[in-house]
Amino acid sequence: MGGYAAYVWSSYAIALVVLVANVMVPIIQRRKLLARLARRQRRERRQP
Amino acid sequence: MKAARKKRLYLILLIVTGVGVAAALALNAFNQNLMFFYSPSEVSAGKAPSAYPFRLGGLVTDGSVKRLANGLTTRFDVTDMDKTVSIEYTGILPDLFREGQGIVAHGKLRADGVFVADEVLAKHDEKYMPPEVAAALKASHDKGVAEAARESGS
Amino acid sequence: MLRFFHQLGSPKHFYRIAGSWIPWLAAACAVLMLYGLYQGMVVAPTDYQQGDSYRIMFIHVPSAWMSLFIYVVMAAAGAIGLIWHMKLAEVIAISSAPIGASFTFLALITGSIWGKPMWGTWWVWDARLTSELILLFLYLGVMALYGAIDDKRTAARATAILAIVGVVNIPIIHYSVEWWNTLHQGPTVTKFGAPSIDIRMLIPLLVMAVAFKLFYVLVVLMRARLEVLERERNARWVRELVEAS
Repeated sequence: MGGYAAYVWSSYAIALVVLVANVMVPIIQRRKLLARLARRQRRERRQP
Repeated sequence: MKAARKKRLYLILLIVTGVGVAAALALNAFNQNLMFFYSPSEVSAGKAPSAYPFRLGGLVTDGSVKRLANGLTTRFDVTDMDKTVSIEYTGILPDLFREGQGIVAHGKLRADGVFVADEVLAKHDEKYMPPEVAAALKASHDKGVAEAARESGS
Repeated sequence: MLRFFHQLGSPKHFYRIAGSWIPWLAAACAVLMLYGLYQGMVVAPTDYQQGDSYRIMFIHVPSAWMSLFIYVVMAAAGAIGLIWHMKLAEVIAISSAPIGASFTFLALITGSIWGKPMWGTWWVWDARLTSELILLFLYLGVMALYGAIDDKRTAARATAILAIVGVVNIPIIHYSVEWWNTLHQGPTVTKFGAPSIDIRMLIPLLVMAVAFKLFYVLVVLMRARLEVLERERNARWVRELVEAS
């Protein structure tokens, strides 16, 4: 990389982290939301 | 389209136009402040501030780069193909600094008209190509120049 | 065809259709990114002036393009939501903001890393860099405003207006390098006439640009599905879906 390896690879590493985070955040939030809704529905069924 | 929707559409268009006009006026008013650097012509014409530091941008003139006696200070000329200003700079130059390259220097004008820089940034162009292509382009350009010179000479 | 769009307007069908697209988008995006990476890191030659540092371009330029593109999509979706009161447009608009902010951040940070060895500085306040930084603040403002208002539909309308007002920044970013003296150089690919870039460097750039666009569609659909679920949490189809999971 002709002396620029640190600059080039750190750019690509940051990009990888940002892209992976973008995919992971909605997956995790979705899991949390479904769990929250499931708890709420169980609660409602017990005390109608 | 229903009347209410039409109204909302016009309202949005009005907002965009209004903000657009306001932005255009503001940018026009601050035009000079948005310029990142002055050109050598502007400096020669006395348009650049003499009391406080500013930025000067231009192409480094071929063959003008010299090291001064103290070994740390570099002296070179920048041009905009019209006027030329000499710059003195003490410090490390960026990798892209070379003759024929665009640079932007920050500093002050000395009484003798030399620009004393405390920072030199390299500006690169929008062209990307491998070295062999650049060499071939330069060779064909030089050949063309030489031929033109021969033709005009004969 | 009309029926298809009509169905997309219904949250339930949107949720289902978007869900069926996601695996295909993810696969296409991954393949393109790997191909672009191979082309950019292995096939593309070293630059005559910048050496190998120019390879940051394959991340920086597509990110910067996406930061502008997503903003326009967000503002347009916001306007559609305002005018036609279309819920799905509101959802797309608000789901776009964090993705746009990510790409703006990437464009700024990779530009900074590229600027240090080439220009000799991490940052300068020239018109291009400053207007791109304002774009990041616009995205963050949209996200903060949406989060600050409890009623989602009111929040969507308020953020849509902010997004529409901010559109004025987009042509400023694009033309900043032509209107004013900037340290940032002029456009390479989008300028009038042929791009001034070697074809072996242009291919990875364009491949990455398409990959990033697919990535945006992928993530915006994932986020939009989540937003739909949250907004429709009292609808029967969501309750059934939660039971099944």
